[in-house]
Amino acid sequence: MALEKITEVKGRGVYVAGNEIDTDRIIPARFMKCVTFAGLGEYLFYDVRKNEDGSDKEHPLNDERFAKATILLSGENFGCGSSREHAPQALYRYGFRGLIAESYAEIFFGNCTTLGIPCFCATKEDIQVITAAIEADPSIEVTLDVANERILFGDQSLTAVVRDSARTALCEGKWDMIGELREVEDKVAEVAAALPYMAK
Amino acid sequence: MSKSLFEKVWDAHAVKTLSNGQTQLLIGTHLIHEVTSPQAFGMLRDLNLKVAYPHRTFATVDHIVPTDTRLEPFADPLADAMIRELRTNCEETGVTFFDLPSGKQGIVHVVGPEQGITQPGTTIACGDSHTSTHGAFGAIALGIGTTQIRDLLATQTMALAKLKVRRINVTGKLRPGVYAKDVILHIIRQLGVKGGTGYAYEYAGEVFDEFSMEERMTVCNMSIEGGARVGYVNPDEKTFEYLKGRPYSPTGDAWDEAVENWKAFASDPDCAFDDEVDFDASTIAPTVTWGINPEQAISIVENVPTVEGTAEKDKPLIAEALEYMKLPAGAPIKGVKVNVCFIGSCTNGRLSDFEEAAKYLKGHKVAEGVKAIAVPGSQVVDVICREKGLHTIFEEAGFEWRGAGCSMCLAMNPDKLIGDQLSASSSNRNFKGRQGSPTGRTVLMSPVMVAAAAVKGEIADAREVFGVNELVEA
Repeated sequence: MALEKITEVKGRGVYVAGNEIDTDRIIPARFMKCVTFAGLGEYLFYDVRKNEDGSDKEHPLNDERFAKATILLSGENFGCGSSREHAPQALYRYGFRGLIAESYAEIFFGNCTTLGIPCFCATKEDIQVITAAIEADPSIEVTLDVANERILFGDQSLTAVVRDSARTALCEGKWDMIGELREVEDKVAEVAAALPYMAK
Repeated sequence: MSKSLFEKVWDAHAVKTLSNGQTQLLIGTHLIHEVTSPQAFGMLRDLNLKVAYPHRTFATVDHIVPTDTRLEPFADPLADAMIRELRTNCEETGVTFFDLPSGKQGIVHVVGPEQGITQPGTTIACGDSHTSTHGAFGAIALGIGTTQIRDLLATQTMALAKLKVRRINVTGKLRPGVYAKDVILHIIRQLGVKGGTGYAYEYAGEVFDEFSMEERMTVCNMSIEGGARVGYVNPDEKTFEYLKGRPYSPTGDAWDEAVENWKAFASDPDCAFDDEVDFDASTIAPTVTWGINPEQAISIVENVPTVEGTAEKDKPLIAEALEYMKLPAGAPIKGVKVNVCFIGSCTNGRLSDFEEAAKYLKGHKVAEGVKAIAVPGSQVVDVICREKGLHTIFEEAGFEWRGAGCSMCLAMNPDKLIGDQLSASSSNRNFKGRQGSPTGRTVLMSPVMVAAAAVKGEIADAREVFGVNELVEA
């Protein structure tokens, strides 16, 4: 199963302000009552985007100017809390293909990488610079250069960080590991055989 | 060379180094529940793959089960579809399911240990971030996403980068009225909600030596709230004593061999850690959260912070939290009115949690206008509490005694806050909207502190309310 090599992601950006944006915020638990991920996109950030009567609140994702954004920018420890893959799935199904934040929670970062969503880490200052450029011209194209760990926007560019294992996985088309994990069944059985609790 | 438990368990389960530099790690015990597993079974079907080691995956149903009735079909058709889907998936693949009629159903992190499935020196994963709970037994236990559940079902392995290890020593003695919940809230308050990113936390010191297994579980459970995907305590005699005679524990000669094997996994006395942090137990007070993440915590005798009094970089988050929580900035948190009191969850829904709360609750009444619910973490906990008459103490005090499940911890079931109700909760997350209402407010605390809040109708110092024999600090 050949996977796409994700060396670069291009698109418009949108900045969602805040630190510690948790996965309950990204997708509230009540929308996880489902047996497939299909349709989760429409509930992305639901409680901060919508009033209880379903009308829109003020939120960057409700702002027409950023309607076509596919790259989301935020603050520190993005995706903390629950391990729910529903969160990156909702982001992906809403249309996001790349993230820029100061830092990410561990499980969320892994879940994103497994879906082929590059998670760039940038400084607060650099995120503000990119945000200012997006605010000035929402149609500006932001390029996430995964291979070179660069973010390009307009005639500017800056250096960011994509964790080594994620960068390798994305660039070499090995972000979904199921194929490689299945290659060594015998070796797995050998390791299992040495562990008494694995016996039937 | 000396090694930590983390390294020993890792080495015993490492299959190979993958092309992306991560390790292919055998996960010996896979736990699943109804919320994060159905999509994984779907992916497996799409790829035409089988469950490789069905005898090493165990299922239960917890998030969506109503706690007031076990009548099926559930009133919520979406919840009903989820339990039916899990039944079908388990039947088709041969996975053991602790279903509602089994008498063993409950929150996955309560069920694993009480069935003896959670064992030292093992690797455990579950599509649930509070899987760190199982580390209390000296296991490497971690939360994973649904795609990794698929990987585990198909191969019993997953790709993972090795974590660093931070040893957290809590030395000295806890003062009366201070519980495991206070210890972990204090640790998170000090080290931050992202302080543990990239680390496994090894908890040690006199306090952990003296803690019961259930207390160790409470602390390990909330490791993830401090950013650490894994938290563990080295196995000792208490661990073995807890496991002896459990349904999935080894028996006979195999038991003696297992204990020897388990002992060998404990961190070597002279092993090195990537980081070490010390806490003095005597400085820890009953702790409550005031904000919208578990780091935003204060002791019960402190005041809610002010924006002005906070470091510049923290100001926006403090302001956001104060606005959401509608608490009096700069004033005591003690005395803030509560609407709902909840004792339960994978953090504090075990026998000792109800025993301790009942000990103080006896003879008291829940304040008028307060809705109080006690939700055992499993059917087994429920039965033992009933045998001991604990449910009567709760009911006589004015609590509702419910059936086992996640209940109000995350409100994927009918137990939810309404509007901006304020909840005194023994659960683990005070995120915006966490307990089911987009404007609902959560204050995390120990079960005894929840009992005190229920009795007073406001956030209270349990040591004062129940006359715990200790001078409350000035």
